[in-house]
Amino acid sequence: MATIPITVEFSGGLELLFSNQRTHKLQIPAQDPSGNPANIGFLVSYLCDNLVEAKRKDLFVMDGTVRNGILVLINDSDWELEGEDRYELQGADNILFVSTLHGG
Amino acid sequence: MSAAELEGENSLLKQRIQQLETELASVQAAAVEPDGQKWALGLDEYRRYGRQMIMPEIGLEGQLRLKRARVLVVGVGGLGCPAAAYLAGAGVGTIGLVDHDVVEASNLHRQILHSTATVGTPKVESALLYLRRLNPHPTYIPHDFALSPSNAIAVFQNYDLVLDCTDHPSLRYLISDAAVLTNIPVVSASALRKDGQLIVLNSPPGHGPCYRCIWPRPPPSPTSCADGGILGPVVGVMGVLQALEAIKLLILPAPSTPAPATMTLFSAWPRLAFRHCRMRARRTGCPGCSPAVERTALADTDYVAFCGADAEGVRLAPEERVAPVEYRSVRESGAPHVLLDVRDPTQFGICHLRGSWSGFPSCVCMCVVPVLTCVDVPFEEFEGASALPALVKEGLSTAEAVYVLCRLGNDSQIVTRMLKDAGVAGGHVWDVRGGIREWARTAPEGFPEY
Ligand SMILES: [Zn+2]
Repeated sequence: MATIPITVEFSGGLELLFSNQRTHKLQIPAQDPSGNPANIGFLVSYLCDNLVEAKRKDLFVMDGTVRNGILVLINDSDWELEGEDRYELQGADNILFVSTLHGG
Repeated sequence: MSAAELEGENSLLKQRIQQLETELASVQAAAVEPDGQKWALGLDEYRRYGRQMIMPEIGLEGQLRLKRARVLVVGVGGLGCPAAAYLAGAGVGTIGLVDHDVVEASNLHRQILHSTATVGTPKVESALLYLRRLNPHPTYIPHDFALSPSNAIAVFQNYDLVLDCTDHPSLRYLISDAAVLTNIPVVSASALRKDGQLIVLNSPPGHGPCYRCIWPRPPPSPTSCADGGILGPVVGVMGVLQALEAIKLLILPAPSTPAPATMTLFSAWPRLAFRHCRMRARRTGCPGCSPAVERTALADTDYVAFCGADAEGVRLAPEERVAPVEYRSVRESGAPHVLLDVRDPTQFGICHLRGSWSGFPSCVCMCVVPVLTCVDVPFEEFEGASALPALVKEGLSTAEAVYVLCRLGNDSQIVTRMLKDAGVAGGHVWDVRGGIREWARTAPEGFPEY
C-alpha cells in the first residue's frame, strides 16, 4: 500500500504520551480505510491506534478529536489556516502537536 | 460601595498620587543649563540609557516613548520577575505589578527579583525593593491583590500594555477579555518544565486575535510548575522575551497593515530550538473580541467555573486515611505492612522513607526488611488502568496491611481506592494524609521537603 513520509512532532509535555520522543518520522498510509486521501483527522486516529501510550490516550484525544488545549500546526501554521482535520497530508509535511502551557 | 469598588477606587487614587509625584520629581530633576536650555531627560537618565539610546531603533524619541509608557505586569513570578526587571532597566516610565502571593523558598530558583531575605513577604513588595534599587526613576504601582473580574477593568484602564505572566488559564482568559475591553495589547507567555510559549494578542488593539480566538476552550487539567516542574532559565528566557516584545510595541509605530499573529515556541532540552508559527486571525463570533457578540459583563463571568474547578479526584472518607503521625506509630510498632510509594521514580530518588531502596529495572523499588516493605510504583502505572498493574498485585499478594503515599496526598487516595476495590490485604489499606510533604513537615528528626 502506498504511504506518505511525514514528520510528526510533540511538545509542551505531549511527548510524554509518545514514548517520551519529540520527533517521529512516519510512513502514513496514503488513504484512510474508506479510500479517501489521508488527512489530519485520519492521522490523529492513526496516532491513537499506533503511537500513543494506550492508557493515556484520553490526554491526547477527546470525543474523537484532538483534546482542548492542544494546538495542531501544519508546517508551522495553525491548522485553522489549513482546513483543520480536513487538510490532506503531503509528502514531507511536518505536523506539530503542542500542548498549551500555563505555568509562569 | 462594595469592597471591590472601594479596592478599585483606592488603587486608582494611589496610582494618581504616584503619577503626580513622578511628574513633580521629573520637573524638579529636569536638567537646566546655565543658559536656560532644558533637556528632555535628567542627566542621570542620559548616562543610564545611553547604551540603548544610541541604537537607531531607539534614539531619544524611543527613550521618551518608553518613559511615557505605562505597562502592567500581572504575576510577579518566573515570567514577571525578569520581564519587570528589563522593563524597569529600560526606563519604562510607569510599571504596575499585580500579585497577591507571598515569596516562598521554592520560588527563588527562578523568580529573580525575590531573595532569601524576602521569603514570607508579599511578592509585589519584594519586587519593588529590587526594582527601586535597580532604577529609581520609574513610577512603580503595587497592586497587592488578586486580579478579579470585578477589579480588572479599573486596573487595566490606566495602562498602555499588559504582560500576562500568570500561571492559570482562568487568569489568562480574564486578562485577555479585560485587555480587549480596555483596548490594549497583551504580551502573553507561559512555561513548563523545559518548554516555553510566547504570543502577542489583541495587537494592534481591535485587530489581532485574542486569547479566546486561539484557545476557545480551556484544557481539562492544566499542569502547574509546582506539579510539573520548571527549569529556571527556561521561564527566565520567556520573561525576557516578553520584555523585548513590550519594548518593541511601545516604540514602534502601529503598522498600517497588521502582521499576522505569530507564536514563538521555545524548547530548551536536549537541544535548543526556537520555532515560529503563524497563527489564525480573529475568530468571527469570538466571545472575547468580536464586536458582533453581545458579551456578558466581565464582573458576571465566572472564569474559574469556565476553566473547570481544579479536579477533586477521589475523596476518601476520614477513616480511610491516617495522619503521618499515626503512620509513624505503625512503623514504630513493628506491625508488618507494605508502604506503597506512588510518586514517580525521580521524586522517589529525591527522598523516600527508610526501608526501601532503588535499583530494579523499570523503576520499581522494592525491598524486604523484617517488617517493612516499601515499593515505588509510579502513579502513572495506575492512571487510566481499569485493573491493578500486575506488579502491584504480585507485590501486595501477601501483604497484611498497605499504606499508600504520594507527594501531596491526592494520587494516593485514588490508588488506595483501587486497592480496596481489588480486595488487596483484605481491605486493610490506608492513605497517608498529606503525602510525603506532610510527613516531612511533621518529622521531628527532619525530612526533605520539596
Ligand atoms: Zn477573540
